[in-house]
Amino acid sequence: MEIDPFIFRLSIFILSIFIGYYVVWSVTPSLHTPLMSVTNAISSVIIVGAIIAALSKSSTSIFEISNIFGFIAIILAAVNIFGGFLVTQRMLQMYKKKKK
Amino acid sequence: MSANLSAFFYLVSGILFILALRGLSSPETSRQGNYLGIAGMAISIIVTFLSVGNFGPGFIYVIIFLVLGGSIGAFIAFRIPMTAMPELVAGFHSLVGLAAVFVAVSAFLKPEAFGLGAVGNIKLASLIEMSLGAAIGAITFSGSIIAFLKLRGIMSGAPITFTGQHFINLLLGLAIVFLIYYLCSSQSSNIFWFLVIISFLVGVLLIIPIGGADMPVVISMLNSYSGWAAAGIGFTLENTALIITGALVGSSGAILSYIMCKGMNRSFFNVILGGWGANEQVVSSKAKEQKPVKNGNADDAAFLMKNASSVIIVPGYGMAVAQAQHALREMVDALKKNGVKVSYAIHPVAGRMPGHMNVLLAEANVPYDEVFELEEINNDFANCDVAYVIGANDVTNPVAKSDPQSPIFGMPVLDVEKSKSVLFVKRSLSPGYAGIDNDLFYRDNTLMLFADAKKMTEEIVKSL
Repeated sequence: MEIDPFIFRLSIFILSIFIGYYVVWSVTPSLHTPLMSVTNAISSVIIVGAIIAALSKSSTSIFEISNIFGFIAIILAAVNIFGGFLVTQRMLQMYKKKKK
Repeated sequence: MSANLSAFFYLVSGILFILALRGLSSPETSRQGNYLGIAGMAISIIVTFLSVGNFGPGFIYVIIFLVLGGSIGAFIAFRIPMTAMPELVAGFHSLVGLAAVFVAVSAFLKPEAFGLGAVGNIKLASLIEMSLGAAIGAITFSGSIIAFLKLRGIMSGAPITFTGQHFINLLLGLAIVFLIYYLCSSQSSNIFWFLVIISFLVGVLLIIPIGGADMPVVISMLNSYSGWAAAGIGFTLENTALIITGALVGSSGAILSYIMCKGMNRSFFNVILGGWGANEQVVSSKAKEQKPVKNGNADDAAFLMKNASSVIIVPGYGMAVAQAQHALREMVDALKKNGVKVSYAIHPVAGRMPGHMNVLLAEANVPYDEVFELEEINNDFANCDVAYVIGANDVTNPVAKSDPQSPIFGMPVLDVEKSKSVLFVKRSLSPGYAGIDNDLFYRDNTLMLFADAKKMTEEIVKSL
């Protein structure tokens, strides 16, 4: 009997939760704010879905209603990607060790 | 690009995201980790372009919108003051939530573009996944907007409660489940829109009863939700990068919520059901009796600290509000010149989001190896000459250890009272966010410095 591909995706999902669990516990508490901003940035990989939605071919025009939702989602996700990574970078630059 | 090849690249970006989080285990590796995250994102976006393969006029628009959104994001990232990080993160969460909703809507309107079937005949599994993604995304969006408004001070931080609140939330929660079930059997777009609207409403109702001091939990929780929404969409799109990321972010937010709840010794449900701090205020105002406090000025404080051999600084949300972190650093520099050993003690729930104080101190050029977490430093108070409490309150209240009647009993607190003398910078004797009078004010070894945190610190610097 063939295994449904859904089961593979579910396996990836559950294993990733475990990876996330161990990786996040090892994050030092002083970097919890950058952790939140960087998770914000990476969850905007949802832009992948937005690009597919925006570029989906249509017979009449490139601005069908489903494309428009895609385009708006691209803007929202792009704000997050650039904003999230850059603000994380800005914060991480500030963490310095004692000068001896 | 073949589907198999692109799936492989999505896996690569998923792994890069894992490494980005892994980097945060120490400040030295964190910057490199961030670059890996950026690389992962770039790979995902490029692979998506190649696999869609539609480089017509629509592609130009995609680039334009990408650049437009990116410039807005970059502008915000460079301009935002560090004290505004909590509301920035809340705002960013709302964008992820809304983007998830829009992608789900788009997939529902045009399933053939995503290979999910046809309008009115979407695959059952895909329909469940996209409606879950849309519902969680909508809750994340409206909940984060409320959190943003509360943190920004546009909306009062006081909990908003009304009778039957939990019952209504329960009813709406059941309505979401029922609507998803009904949507699957009917495929009706009206039901889909209705589901999205109800979810927006749930997000609002979920966050309004939660008070300002509980915001660290709320932000972490919304962080988690934004992850689960992304994972839901990831299942719909059958995209590995999105599934991995969603799971990572979801568990990250959940762990942070857990750490924050533990820092307050409260259960997650207790925080979520909300209304804390509203009924306690009555008790505290009744119990308020005129007890003597010792009142000091900047010269007294400067004298005490200059002659100390070790000083521990306890910053809290008040420091962020007064923007006192730079003045504080100047004070510490002056003390160090006098040969005083200075360290900083951070309570897990100090501030409005996890790690809030650490970022502010880092901004003021405080080296991170002088900053300690509660467990690391709590024993040192007994050997320390002066504890300088600036803008913190409830997290220093010894009542949490002594009075089982107190609402904060059992909450881990910093043992500030064990140091030889305590300098407590505060504007007035008013209770903290938990609405509880702080026993520390009336101790013999406490000297109250009634002033704005920044002004007082600057005055101390002058008299040093």
